[in-house]
Amino acid sequence: MPSTITEKILAAHCDKKEVSPGDFILANLDGCLGNDITAPIAIKEFYKVIHGTKKGVFDRDKIILLPDHFTPNKDVASAIQCQVLKEFSKKYQLTHYYEVGRCGIEHCFIPEQGLIVPGDLFIGADSHTCTYGAIGAFSTGVGSTDLGVSMALGKTWLKVPETIKFVYSGKLKNWVLGKDLILYTIGQIGVDGATYKAMEFTGVVIKNISMASRFTICNMAIEAGGKNGIIESDEKTIEYIEKRTSRPLKVYKSDKNAEFSEIIEFDCDKIEPQVAFPHLPENSKPISEAEGMEISIDQAVIGSCTNGRLEDLRIAAKVLKNQKVNSHVRCIIIPGTPQIFLNALKEGLIEIFLNAGGIVSPPTCGPCLGGHMGILGAGEKAISTTNRNFMGRMGHVESEVYLSNPAIAAASAIEGNICSPESVLKN
Amino acid sequence: MKGIVIKYSDENINTDLIIPARYLNKSEPEYLAEHCFEDFDYKFKEKREKLNATILIAGKNFGSGSSREHAPIAIKASGIDCVIAPTFARIFFRNSINIGLTLIEFDGIENLKDGDVLEIDFDTGSLKNISINQIFEIKKIPKFLQDIIASEGLVNYAKNLLRE
Repeated sequence: MPSTITEKILAAHCDKKEVSPGDFILANLDGCLGNDITAPIAIKEFYKVIHGTKKGVFDRDKIILLPDHFTPNKDVASAIQCQVLKEFSKKYQLTHYYEVGRCGIEHCFIPEQGLIVPGDLFIGADSHTCTYGAIGAFSTGVGSTDLGVSMALGKTWLKVPETIKFVYSGKLKNWVLGKDLILYTIGQIGVDGATYKAMEFTGVVIKNISMASRFTICNMAIEAGGKNGIIESDEKTIEYIEKRTSRPLKVYKSDKNAEFSEIIEFDCDKIEPQVAFPHLPENSKPISEAEGMEISIDQAVIGSCTNGRLEDLRIAAKVLKNQKVNSHVRCIIIPGTPQIFLNALKEGLIEIFLNAGGIVSPPTCGPCLGGHMGILGAGEKAISTTNRNFMGRMGHVESEVYLSNPAIAAASAIEGNICSPESVLKN
Repeated sequence: MKGIVIKYSDENINTDLIIPARYLNKSEPEYLAEHCFEDFDYKFKEKREKLNATILIAGKNFGSGSSREHAPIAIKASGIDCVIAPTFARIFFRNSINIGLTLIEFDGIENLKDGDVLEIDFDTGSLKNISINQIFEIKKIPKFLQDIIASEGLVNYAKNLLRE
């Protein structure tokens, strides 16, 4: 039977020749992930599962625990949650536990460290685990109980999803990045447009964009309700991953006559940089329209698992170089991992940010989910390269978050209003 | 299952609205229940208690957003046994199944209102609104998930697997 990439990976992980959408499977895992918010509950559930047996974790090399959300610890309660992770990691001698200083934002860190390879099946107790579809792996977000059970069994239950194929053709306009393609896509299909489904991103544009942009696109599959985002591995993927791991990779491609529940085509010649207005990621508008609305901002956040990679920081620096952040705006830049931080430092990006009046935070999810390191007050507005603009997401319930790519966030920080980098650079 | 309704027709009620991230530095069910729906309707607790409701009705795409299991935990610990909505976001859906919070996909929520008494029969796939004496069909739960529910959640299901 002709199959999609997603179906092939799932079949290969439950010892079946093929699977069909709607099938329930118990799939073998190549890896699983928890963070300081989700792992404490998972660990509690793990102990319930193994209670009364002599079993431990299924594989100490395949469980990744990354305290990245409220770290460096924002308060006592957060510190206690992180202690749970550390103690568990010590007890079971987990290979992949990373302390502050070596730990990055999980979805930037895991691919960077080569902890996932094409063809893998991976789950994470974090909704943005769908990011790794960018390297041709099946990865999806689950909850804490799922993670707890998986740490004991090395398996998880999955319903085989239908796949929607997205085809991006044409040529990208200036300043259009992966972020804009995914915001545009969510704007078209809605925040539940891909609920329970796999989103396979294809077309000449996807072939041509960077790995960073591919990560951004797959990262936000969940914002359309998707189970996973996935992009066929190519030379770019192999080049990215080969230098990071010695593990064998398996490249899957969708068969020509594979069945898709829908095929949606976009002509990228027409897509401008996008801004998603409060309070849903589907409220995307082209920057030309958003700029005309003269929306003043109090904060710009450049970072997160969506846009905290080196390329994102380079783009922000290109806009911020020799410019000054508006005197009433806080511009917070968050490199996704210590390695990205170090590279940004070597390339002079950090100096550009500081000279412009921005401030650089250690890697953390922090403000994206209203945790710490940049919380909004009542009525404040932020432009942010993060992934969600739900009500109260970044702080006070009466604050507002506008989502964009790093170039727009940087330009808006300079102007104090949401604007295109073109407007800043022509001055 | 039988219970009284509390209803919010809003669509896309996300996990940040169910339990804001500022409360995720703890995971005790009672603590989470204290803050359930705080930014969405701060009178939720009072309203639920007044109605003595155990069945929550909501608009489509309920539970969208983050993977935080704290969301179904908070709802369950608030005294809700069952959520009925036209559709659910998928991580919220599996989290609820996994912890034993019953979810029902049902298109006709306009037929249900605050205070209605419902009786749900999972075997026949029917939902009876006793208050208006009407019976509706609901989507049957697939066998695989029924087995997890019958084990009273994924942990027990996994326990059995581990001992096989």
